[in-house]
Amino acid sequence: MTKSFFYQISSFAIALIILTGMILLSGASPLAIIASMWGGAFGTLDQVARVVSTLAPLLLCASGLLFTFTAGLYNLGIEGQISFGAIVAMIPIRLFQDVLPPALVIVLAIGLGGVGGALWGLLAGALNVYGRVNEIFAGLGLNFVADGLALYLIFGPWKKEGVASMSGTETFHESLWLPTLANTDISPISLLLGIAAVVITLVVLRGTHFGLQLRAVGQNLRASYVLGIPSTRQLLSAFAICGSFAGLAGSLQVLAVYHRLIPSVSSNLGFLALLVAMLIGLNALLILPVAFFFSALNVGSLQLPLELNLESSLAGVIQGMLVLFALLGRGLSETLPPQAIRRQIAIWFDKKQTAKG
Amino acid sequence: MEFNRFGQIHRTAAKVVKLSYRFWQIAALAMLMGSCSSSPTTTGSPQASTSDNPAGGDAWTVGMIIVGPKNDAGWNQAHYEGMETVVKTVPGVKFEYVDKVNPGDRPNVTGAQVADDLIAKGAKMIIFNSDDFKDDALAAAKKHPDISIIHISGDYAWKEGKNFKDQKNLSNIMARMEYGKMMAGCAAALGTKTGKIGYLGPLINDETRRYASSAYLGAKYCWENYRKKNPKDLTFKVTWIGFWFNIPGKTLDPTKVADDYYNGGFDVVMSGIDTPEAATQAKKAADAGKDVRFVHYDFKEGCTLAPGICLGVPYYNWSLPYRKAVEEARSGKIPNEFVWLAPDWKDINNPETSILGFLPGKALGENTKFMDEFIKGLGDGSIHPFKGPLNFQDGTPFLKAGETATDQQIWYLPQLLAGMEGPSK
Repeated sequence: MTKSFFYQISSFAIALIILTGMILLSGASPLAIIASMWGGAFGTLDQVARVVSTLAPLLLCASGLLFTFTAGLYNLGIEGQISFGAIVAMIPIRLFQDVLPPALVIVLAIGLGGVGGALWGLLAGALNVYGRVNEIFAGLGLNFVADGLALYLIFGPWKKEGVASMSGTETFHESLWLPTLANTDISPISLLLGIAAVVITLVVLRGTHFGLQLRAVGQNLRASYVLGIPSTRQLLSAFAICGSFAGLAGSLQVLAVYHRLIPSVSSNLGFLALLVAMLIGLNALLILPVAFFFSALNVGSLQLPLELNLESSLAGVIQGMLVLFALLGRGLSETLPPQAIRRQIAIWFDKKQTAKG
Repeated sequence: MEFNRFGQIHRTAAKVVKLSYRFWQIAALAMLMGSCSSSPTTTGSPQASTSDNPAGGDAWTVGMIIVGPKNDAGWNQAHYEGMETVVKTVPGVKFEYVDKVNPGDRPNVTGAQVADDLIAKGAKMIIFNSDDFKDDALAAAKKHPDISIIHISGDYAWKEGKNFKDQKNLSNIMARMEYGKMMAGCAAALGTKTGKIGYLGPLINDETRRYASSAYLGAKYCWENYRKKNPKDLTFKVTWIGFWFNIPGKTLDPTKVADDYYNGGFDVVMSGIDTPEAATQAKKAADAGKDVRFVHYDFKEGCTLAPGICLGVPYYNWSLPYRKAVEEARSGKIPNEFVWLAPDWKDINNPETSILGFLPGKALGENTKFMDEFIKGLGDGSIHPFKGPLNFQDGTPFLKAGETATDQQIWYLPQLLAGMEGPSK
């Protein structure tokens, strides 16, 4: 058993024990919760479809975040990058929905969504690199700005005829909706884009010179700079790539899910993707299974209020705990070797024995 | 020397920055957990569950998708309790629901998806309780043609309406609450001492313009005819918060809007939103010695929030149309109609026959007699507030002298009326 594996497994076990304790304390049954969330995620075709359709933006965002994490950046602005991508994707839809062929409008919307997200990411990057603003603050600040912009548009210039409403802008024409499978929420195009993002991420981060440079920048910015790696360019590229993936996810939220711009168009999926990215470390191979798991948790959680009278935000607590303990396990594995822990346990046992004797 | 010192400071600063960077990583993580694990809610209610009817077994299930918290002492609670009453009075009916279905409380969940889940659990009828669900209701109706879909306050099933969609299993139900709002406005006019009435509005649409304007017409009538005062001395101001209830960061905070009214010389605030901020803030202001009153909305028990300063409450009695729809759908006929019910003028507070009622509050005092007179007049048609001459807010004519408004003119009221303050669009 390798060192880090030992810590990962133990931290996972501890997280499960604590979660079980919390659930029992709140008067619910952990087994009932697992059963109802499982049923909520895979009980009907509609629900499976929803898991898959939530998976697509998660794959895109988590892939993007691997670039920024590799470069040593915490891109908390991902929510804003999704929202801004969604906003920009609305522009060709509003301008050309009655003018150009639907397929062309869809392609334009997806493309511009990606560009919009990239710009929003670059803005955070520029604030970070040139303005010396910590990227966490830059990102969170820009999240508020993007959110505010969406609200302004929904209640202002883009409001429905005679109605300004939190339910969003007017639904656009059905010919512009991304096609879905068999009357469910699955959009094959979204899913393909999500999977393509994972593949691109795997290839670029593992197999290219750019990926190597990004890793160097992430591990030691100063040293990589001294060694002649154009670190500024790499940092900004990481922001732009992450932003463009997030922007794509935003355009898909508009084209495949809501068919309009709504106030919380990012649906917290960017934050969920951050949890995915933190949990998997820098291992892009794990994006798909972990994102699928989180997507199922997210979708299944709707059953908690329906069946068990529990807050559906419990799913968020579960996700948060898993990530927190995974990080803790990883952190400990870097500082304390397992032997040290075993020694500690042995000493503790010895003391107990002598106390009894 | 100076340069050296500067360099030292710079190095120390760099160290601090490095340390704090680590801190912020952790802080960011904590923040992330917070944002993922909690959603803004105004109440700590359990959100949904099932009401089993003793009949059990072959229960006929009704699913409801509720936009806000089911215990909001307003719109949502009125729907929830209306359906509960149906469960108690009609044997063999089971009630399942999910509340707080809105993008703020439940991100990544749409009304149509909740409908899918409720139908998967056996629901034969789905009720969407907010105007904001109109697209979800239509999508659900298209996807499940054998299920009765009822959308409250929409107009897609209205053949004579502007937005008719030919969808056989979709119905709309609404009360002619403009009458209730006129009564509410009258109560506000009878109760104000400063002549300044504030209206706490939700978002701006046909329905809310209709209600705010009806409230104003009722207030103007009673101000002129019972208080014997000049309409020019009556201030009627509407502030729209942006949604049916507070969503932190996305709407104006109704608590603050209500406070601003009470602190700004408006001694009566009328609620047009789903939640009771007009009442709770009035109570606070009254406890602090201010001479203020409120008019509640939606929920029959509304005045109990602060009985001494309540002028009255127009309320919905949803059990009446719900029972009818359930019985119709159960007999095999899928309802497909636009139902816009007036109160039972013989007794507007009869729960068996009237979809809407008005309960006068204690604060009306001896003015209650005027209230009764006004309601009687509305009922027998001797008082008709939607009768010309009436102008829109921008001065353009709405109704010529003697002309009465049609249903379409009332439902799709395009502007607030002349004499009202506040935006129309």
